[in-house]
Amino acid sequence: MTTTPIKYTVKLTVNGKPYSAEVPTYRTLVDFLRYDLGLTGTKETCSIGVCGACTITLDGKMAASCILLAVRADGADIQTIEGVANGDELHPVQEAFIANGGFQCGACTPGQIMASKALLEEIPHPTEAEIKEWMMGNLCRCTGYYQIIDSIKAAAETMGKAAAGTKG
Amino acid sequence: MNDFHFHTPDTLEEAAALLAQYDGNAKLIAGGTALTTLLKQSLVQPEHLVSLHRVKGHDAIEHSGGALHIGALATQRSVERSETVKQHAPLLAEAYRRVATVRVRNVATVGGGIAHADPAMDPPPSLLILGASVKLLSSKGERTVALADLYTDYYETTMEPDEIVTELEVPDQPAGSSWTYIKYLPRTADDYATVSVAAIGVLDGGKVADVRVGLGALGPTAIRATALEDAVRGTTPTHDSLHEASQSVLEIVDPIDDPRGSAGYKRDMSAVFARRAMEQVLGVATG
Repeated sequence: MTTTPIKYTVKLTVNGKPYSAEVPTYRTLVDFLRYDLGLTGTKETCSIGVCGACTITLDGKMAASCILLAVRADGADIQTIEGVANGDELHPVQEAFIANGGFQCGACTPGQIMASKALLEEIPHPTEAEIKEWMMGNLCRCTGYYQIIDSIKAAAETMGKAAAGTKG
Repeated sequence: MNDFHFHTPDTLEEAAALLAQYDGNAKLIAGGTALTTLLKQSLVQPEHLVSLHRVKGHDAIEHSGGALHIGALATQRSVERSETVKQHAPLLAEAYRRVATVRVRNVATVGGGIAHADPAMDPPPSLLILGASVKLLSSKGERTVALADLYTDYYETTMEPDEIVTELEVPDQPAGSSWTYIKYLPRTADDYATVSVAAIGVLDGGKVADVRVGLGALGPTAIRATALEDAVRGTTPTHDSLHEASQSVLEIVDPIDDPRGSAGYKRDMSAVFARRAMEQVLGVATG
């Protein structure tokens, strides 16, 4: 057995910024984000990919960072909750969660926002059934789910109008 | 989690050579949604991990010669959404759509899921009744194994430790067939099944021309209910005849107690859901 963990150099992009770091091979991506990069917006709750709190996007696709090894994300483009707002200007999904009571304690919210944003990027006008199927892997223990569904519908409307505006 | 040496081959051939070199002390990782959980829980403690994240290609979904050819590195989400899959084997698209959540299916690969050999996974019952096979690559060469000959026990397969799943081949669903995949979920929508049943049926003049039934989460491997199929083929099905025939699955299931249900309950439900699946694909009203 080794006393110093085996390390591997990881080069990846997080929220548009390139990073290079030597990490122990057992480091999960969520730990890398939180402890190595200080990006503590991404939460770890269930640790087995079930609850959705650690949701990020990996090369544009929603993924669970607690069951992704940091070394496995070598070369990837990662987006976290910290990259969603544009400076002080919140993303329409974030605005919608505030306006519609989409969170209370906030522990699940970064994951809910990342999942909702990924949904609206893939399906800009989802039906309620599509919202429920997509979001069923993001658990919330206080607000409940209807306000989250309302938030997503509101964000879809705002983003749809914005997209129509840019076309005109 | 223990630490391990991490290898990043550019090709499947290089990956196979690394697996042979470390002779049983290496694990292959693709999406890693299943393996990372096993690593975190120290259920597997490999000295070497061989990652496929730099391997290009092997993720195409194509149709030729009456069968779908799915690259092992295709994500499970891409199978679920593929128009080619929906056209030639809609049951398969549905089976992959029911795996965990979008977040998991975005990362989990077809080859990884097959090699993981968890008997509660959604695709194997459908793969069994569609007559699927997998191509395996090792440093000794290639071979093809039918899904029916792949699984031997919980998380156990007939694959050698240095073999890699490179492709899944799935023959087209029979023309004019009805199909269903019933995933019985008493707890949450993203859970593993308590009991799952995949079925295909073809009627000809009111008689059963073809019927196939695959069972999941009901034993150490997915199970094909061949005695049940034999009893129903050629008959004019009714609720009562299917109820009677479905009792034969009680002889072949061997479920375990877990939070999704007791072994006895799952056993009882196996016959109930086998009957319901047949009723759906054979156009019989549930009595």
